[in-house]
Amino acid sequence: MEIGWIETTIGALFATVVLTLWLSRGSGWLEPRFWRNAAVVSSLIMTGILVYLTIDSLNQIREGSARVPAYTVINKAIGLKRDYEKRRDIPVIGEEVGFFGKVWSEQEAYALVNKGKMTLQSRNCMDCHTLLGNGAYFAPDLTRAWLDPKWESMVKGMTGKATKEEAMAEWLQHPDRYPTFVRRMPNLGLSEEEAKALVAFLKWMSAIDTNGFPDRFAGVE
Amino acid sequence: MTQALPQGKLYESQKLALWYFWVALALFGAQVLFGLLAAWQYLDPNFLYGKLNFMTNRMLHINAMIVWLLLGFMGSVYWFLPMELGREVVGIRLARFAFVTLIAAVGIVVLVYLLVQYGPGNAFTLWFITEGREYIEAPRWADFGIVAVMVIFLYNVVATALKAQRITGVAAVLMFDLVALAGLYMAGMQYTPNVSMDQYFWWWVVHLWVEATWEVLVGSIMAMALMHLLGTPRRIVETWLYLEVALVFGTGILGLGHHYFWIGTPEYWLGLGGFFSALEPIPLVAMVVHAVYDAGVHRMQTVNQPALFWAIAQAFGNFIGAGVWGFMQTLPQINLYSHGTQLAAAHGHLAFFGAYVTAILTVIYMALHQVRRPDLPRFDSKLWKWAFVLMVIGIFGMSAAMTIAGFTQTMVERAIGGSTWQAYMDAQQHPWFQNGMVWRFVFGVFFLVSYLVLLWDLVTIGRGEAKVAKEVGAHD
Repeated sequence: MEIGWIETTIGALFATVVLTLWLSRGSGWLEPRFWRNAAVVSSLIMTGILVYLTIDSLNQIREGSARVPAYTVINKAIGLKRDYEKRRDIPVIGEEVGFFGKVWSEQEAYALVNKGKMTLQSRNCMDCHTLLGNGAYFAPDLTRAWLDPKWESMVKGMTGKATKEEAMAEWLQHPDRYPTFVRRMPNLGLSEEEAKALVAFLKWMSAIDTNGFPDRFAGVE
Repeated sequence: MTQALPQGKLYESQKLALWYFWVALALFGAQVLFGLLAAWQYLDPNFLYGKLNFMTNRMLHINAMIVWLLLGFMGSVYWFLPMELGREVVGIRLARFAFVTLIAAVGIVVLVYLLVQYGPGNAFTLWFITEGREYIEAPRWADFGIVAVMVIFLYNVVATALKAQRITGVAAVLMFDLVALAGLYMAGMQYTPNVSMDQYFWWWVVHLWVEATWEVLVGSIMAMALMHLLGTPRRIVETWLYLEVALVFGTGILGLGHHYFWIGTPEYWLGLGGFFSALEPIPLVAMVVHAVYDAGVHRMQTVNQPALFWAIAQAFGNFIGAGVWGFMQTLPQINLYSHGTQLAAAHGHLAFFGAYVTAILTVIYMALHQVRRPDLPRFDSKLWKWAFVLMVIGIFGMSAAMTIAGFTQTMVERAIGGSTWQAYMDAQQHPWFQNGMVWRFVFGVFFLVSYLVLLWDLVTIGRGEAKVAKEVGAHD
């Protein structure tokens, strides 16, 4: 469903003004009654629109939708491509490549990403990093962390692991052992299972359509 | 003012309010302290590395802020409500119980944050250690406690109005707002692996709660404060309050859209969020007009100068911090690059201080006047001006430093570097960024000093100074 923002905006403002004027006929615009009506009307109308848009938005961001991929996306190759018509980058989901050497079923993928999210919250990642741009700013944004060139160019070599996911999992378990910057991530005691799950979460998150944020990540052509 | 008790007498609810204020001020100190630790870790990342990490300091910094502002708001309402409704607050024992419970819960949560810090990736951690979602890190058990305390608070306001058989416009707005305050907090009490869904409702707490319901709550508090401080007629104050609610909710509810640009939500939020959040400063401009007009009409004549100054600082601080600094980065075209940089931190610091800290300090000065020397024609001290000026310089200095650092990030990390790990590091090592962090710390220390001056002033103002005593003599 396509909802036009201009129509919604004009409609909301128009309805608020008209309804307020109609309810307040007979009183001047400087009287308390006028503004009491305006307060009630604007709160109700805006809340109503928010509820309606929330229902629509939640449908569009349900896992497995066009914007937020299913958890099984961790089995696929993920990339970014410039959409020149829309002037923004969109995630591209490629062929099946597996993850940690296997293809995960729907249930397994859900369990893994779920564990990753729990791990992320339990280690309070958001009080240093940002996710989709939200959080603290002491460490890099993680929106597209899975696609960061540094895993291949630096971390793989440091950890001596064969694949990106193994290198990431190893690094997450011992960030203090592999310094990459004057500001190091502390060792938060991640188990191997937690580290793998966290990598799965990051991979899944990197495939979310974020309306082009961050712009031209890693210089997308 | 007319409903005040005989001079020197306080309602039980007002005595309780003082407890709220002093605990709030103590937590304000904790906020500044953990903020300074976190700021220092930007300069020396090895400081307390592995022992008290940045994430823990920052969590304590922002959580102390939320709790102390909430305590300040509740104290302010308990202070004014009996005067507003002309009777003692109903359920004062319940209010005391809620206060003690809240303090105990906060104490436990802080100890866990400091001593345990984090746990394994499972539901136990989310229930008993931390939920790890910036601003709403409180473990789930504490969430229920916070909602329970809010419900008790709401009950007390409603029951008092019913018993008094009097609902003023201010009280009506307050009740309406407190329902939203307790309700919206619950939007943050859920777990989902879907990060888009998670952040969708996270913003109901972080935006709708803080930017809408808190703004209206503080509007009601300032309305009551102005009536007592300047004797502004109720009709005028209430008209302004209604206007403010109309504009705050009218723009702020869909202004929520400016947080829905990049979290996976549909594209219409770009337009809606951009438009409505661009309107969000309007109610704040209205408030500045209101405050300046009122103070001008009364030729700044008030019995309580410090309170008046903090009230005017509230109007300007809210407009500049929330309005101007917010507007700077609210349009999607800019926000695409400025999102998640120190610019957001600069806006946050100015806005929280300008909108909320100033309001609570206004009420605290008014309360101290009533408590200590209601007989004084002018409630004054030598120190309050120092505290006021130093604190305003401190917060502006910090925000300015973070603004420059944020612009550097916006350019170097986002626009040029393409937001990768390497681009992030490049921006963090850029001299403009690093200097910004140094000056942020310097002004942070400055702020700590001003906090101590303020605290000293609040402890001593109106207490038997020679000059004050002489002035009193004539009126005793």
